[in-house]
Amino acid sequence: MSLDPAAVRRIASLARLRVTDAQVAQIQGELNGILGWIDQLNEVDVTGVEPLTGGALMAMRMREDVVTDGAQAEAVLSNAPDRDGPFYTVPKVVE
Amino acid sequence: MFDFTLSEARDALRARKISARELTAAYNRAIASLNSQINAYITETPELALAQADAADAALAKGEHGPLTGIPLAIKDLFCTKGVRTTAGSKILSPFIPPYESTVTANLLRDGAVFLGKANLDEFAMGSSNMTSAYGAVTNPWTRRGDNRPLVPGGSSGGSAAAVAARMALGATATDTGGSIRQPAAFCGITGIKPTYGRCSRWGVVAFASSLDQAGPIARNVEDCAILLGSMSGFDPKDSTSADMPVPDFASACKRSVKGLRIGVPREYRMEGMAPEVETLWQQGLAWLREQGATIVDVSLPHTKYGLATYYIVAPAEASSNLARYDGVRFGARTEGGHDLTELYENTRADGFGAEVQRRIMIGTYVLSAGYYDAYYLKAQKVRALILRDFTEVFRDVDALVTPATPTAAFGQGEKMDDPVTMYLNDIFTVPVNMAGLPGLALPTGLDASGLPMGLQVIGKPFDEETVFAVSAALERAAGFTTLPTLRAGA
Amino acid sequence: MASYTLEGSTGTWEIVCGLEVHAQVISKSKLFSGASAEYGAEPNSQVSFVDAAFPGMLPVINRECVAQAVRTGLGLGAAINLWSRFDRKNYFYADLPQGYQISQFAHPIVGKGVVEVTLSDGSTKEIGVTRLHLEQDAGKSLHDQDPTKSFIDLNRSGVALMEIVSEPDIRSPEEAGAYLTKLRQILRYLGTCDGNMDEGSMRADVNVSVRKAGEEFRTRCEVKNVNSIRFVMQAVEAEAKRQIEVWESGGEVRQETRLFDPSRMETRSMRSKEDAHDYRYFPDPDLLPLVLEPDWVSRLKASLPELPDAKTTRFVSEYGLSAYDARILVMEQATADFYETVARGRDAKMAANWMMGDFFAALNRTGRSIEDSPVSAANLSGLLDLIADKTINGRIAKEVFEAMVETGEAPAAIVEAKGLRQVTDTGAIDDAVEAVLAANADKVAQYKGGQEKLFGFFVGQVMKAMAGKGNPALVNEALKAKIG
Ligand SMILES: [Mg+2]
Ligand SMILES: [Zn+2]
Repeated sequence: MSLDPAAVRRIASLARLRVTDAQVAQIQGELNGILGWIDQLNEVDVTGVEPLTGGALMAMRMREDVVTDGAQAEAVLSNAPDRDGPFYTVPKVVE
Repeated sequence: MFDFTLSEARDALRARKISARELTAAYNRAIASLNSQINAYITETPELALAQADAADAALAKGEHGPLTGIPLAIKDLFCTKGVRTTAGSKILSPFIPPYESTVTANLLRDGAVFLGKANLDEFAMGSSNMTSAYGAVTNPWTRRGDNRPLVPGGSSGGSAAAVAARMALGATATDTGGSIRQPAAFCGITGIKPTYGRCSRWGVVAFASSLDQAGPIARNVEDCAILLGSMSGFDPKDSTSADMPVPDFASACKRSVKGLRIGVPREYRMEGMAPEVETLWQQGLAWLREQGATIVDVSLPHTKYGLATYYIVAPAEASSNLARYDGVRFGARTEGGHDLTELYENTRADGFGAEVQRRIMIGTYVLSAGYYDAYYLKAQKVRALILRDFTEVFRDVDALVTPATPTAAFGQGEKMDDPVTMYLNDIFTVPVNMAGLPGLALPTGLDASGLPMGLQVIGKPFDEETVFAVSAALERAAGFTTLPTLRAGA
Repeated sequence: MASYTLEGSTGTWEIVCGLEVHAQVISKSKLFSGASAEYGAEPNSQVSFVDAAFPGMLPVINRECVAQAVRTGLGLGAAINLWSRFDRKNYFYADLPQGYQISQFAHPIVGKGVVEVTLSDGSTKEIGVTRLHLEQDAGKSLHDQDPTKSFIDLNRSGVALMEIVSEPDIRSPEEAGAYLTKLRQILRYLGTCDGNMDEGSMRADVNVSVRKAGEEFRTRCEVKNVNSIRFVMQAVEAEAKRQIEVWESGGEVRQETRLFDPSRMETRSMRSKEDAHDYRYFPDPDLLPLVLEPDWVSRLKASLPELPDAKTTRFVSEYGLSAYDARILVMEQATADFYETVARGRDAKMAANWMMGDFFAALNRTGRSIEDSPVSAANLSGLLDLIADKTINGRIAKEVFEAMVETGEAPAAIVEAKGLRQVTDTGAIDDAVEAVLAANADKVAQYKGGQEKLFGFFVGQVMKAMAGKGNPALVNEALKAKIG
């Protein structure tokens, strides 16, 4: 499977990465190189194989329903590049 | 002072032959004099280190000490450290001061360690050369015989490995997603272990690929790694993938005999075009183990060659999602001037992430996208299952595996940069271990023709780091590797 | 029930509707973090570093939220999946700190179930539930605080939601309303969601398409985040009418996300959701599969409360109520409990009449809920007991009840204080009867002349003379004895 420039732009847009026209061709080449190399997996017969999802082979532990966190608005906001009082801010969103 | 291993420094501190302040001050000086050449540290915290050292001396004076009291360490800048800038090697986190301490570093502080600073790394741990760091390349303290051109320390934990090799720290924390502990340890002539997935908590470690990321130590020798890993590991209820298992005494496992152990040699690791000296090194290692009473067994891991391609689907997929949180809203750098939210995101992320990170985010986004998920991601998960199955079957018959750590010794800065895939091939021997979640240790056992260190890798069963340490210590004793890099403190 | 249709210029149209209900789980802390899930706190004061998606932060699941989802599944008669999994739904939005929502896409915790609704004509209909899954809520964007910026509050970020997806079985606004009402009732009974739509504890995404009789499904649109049952019913109708117009004017309905504007009674396209979504779902590698012990599920099942349908049936058989009355009393758990406290060991029908009559009227008038009713169940029971043991008669009881509403006091105390005890002293009754007959000799003569309906007049006069406190049976008896 090989990517055309439109596909490169679509992926960049999904990933929220600005790409300039000049970058598209280069990225296209690199991604196609990697994807072409990855295509070697087509050789592997995986019929009947259950996918392995995670690194740990256990079932999930559950925690008790207790409030142990929060109540730290300053700490949570202290790294914000732009804030207004107790809020994070972003450019105005129109729904 | 710089000839001390970690365990020797620990004993000297307890015997009050040296003070923690003296030791830390010496390492601070080493960093001050060498970091401009090596660039192993992104952030140095000499004052903080001295304060921690003073606290260590106070504890030692009262006869109270933890396993690491007064031991100066480098912390890979992927571990969040409370109040100390944590960048993950990325511009996008350049202003980030974590208001919390990662579990692993908190464990080390609990045990009395001193933190010298934050070690350089490939951006978001994505790389095998440390060339992708936004804070500049790290220079390997080793050089080729008669050739002063700078070499890479490997990656992504290049700063950690270089710091330990150049004696700018007694040990270091590192992380390994596809070889990021073992490959730089091998390139820098020192020792590093990636424990079993779930052994060290991932809480507070900036995520790259969650199902593969594992923290581990890099240190001067096998026993030092065992001591550090003992402190770093342990069950953490804050990490759902953390294993609720007791932490064995790894250091005492280093003293175990390998007599009677069955050591597997996977034939698929004998790659086409592999340098003959790698083969020689490998055979030498197997001979040493045989001499110490181990049985060497030929085994097969048929899906080995697909490990890397599988990795380059799984890891970017997880990374594309893990790195979505870097959007310039709650922390980190932000590029102002966009007209709307989408432009804020696109500009912030395009400016904040380097080329390799963007490349992997795009690969990951693509392999998860509608219409391609089954062909790429699901397929990779199935191959991953086959890779695990290979190991599981082999481990029915053997106690550990021994392989080369890397296909080559350290290469020059700027080499292998033209084609991403060439760079990715560095991790061919280490990646399958991450795919299967197993423990793997790399240690130096010889030099290549140009005088650069070369390492072997010991792979164990899940949660059987003890056997890995026993086998590694046996190799270490036999190899007697004592060569030191050109650039180092106290030289 | 006669099927609901809409007439267009080209013929008769049928509505096809399915609802995705987001119900906030009742729990103390969030789904994957230890921050409080309580509503209405100061901005960003209930946010953990996990909720704000700080680097290296990891989710750990809350057992109670899982239990609540299982209880709800059991309450909907649905299959509980002992193995389920969390996936990441990836998209960028200002109030989604992680850049993904942890949800259950491929393997939800609850499978198929059913909700039976009763419609206004008394008929019933089954609406299928496709699935129920657990997921995180997003934060909140405030768009009206600043001319150039939107403000972000992450208090809700990470709060546990159950998304309950119905089959496209709904065919009218009334059915949509009845389904939501019933679902809300079941959740409230189970104690798994408070159903408070004003606070956003329950929101519905309304999927609507239209078709002509016998056709396949046509393209549907999703009307997002409708926050009242009435609005859902209105949105179904408005969106169906819009689509009919589009089709009939030769256009084509485009699959899209829309918003309902109740002030204009219309839906409009959502700008921010315009781009085609590619959520790139994949299993969350920070979490492991959710594996439930069958024993644990059995214990949850055994501890479920009696649900509305079962209670309605029991009220009919145990208390002899009509199905209609039983449904009304069962609407809210608190009402049903109140009723049973009053009805048990008493005249159950009389208890029902009191509750649905004077009692509900009083709540309505005072604007109080049953939980803070001025008349407690014990006091209403006491009132019924006073009637039963003839301490007061029915008319006086109404007076006593009004005093109970006003003062909250016990009926016996009111009866004593106001001297409302019923007179059963036959001497006193006889005296009153004689006085009334003496004062109305003309009427007595008419009565005896055959105007028998005057008997009621005499009863009334005697009661009046006794300030309403005469025992009506004894008064009747005494009158009969005197004038036959
Ligand atoms: Mg929806
Ligand atoms: Zn949802």
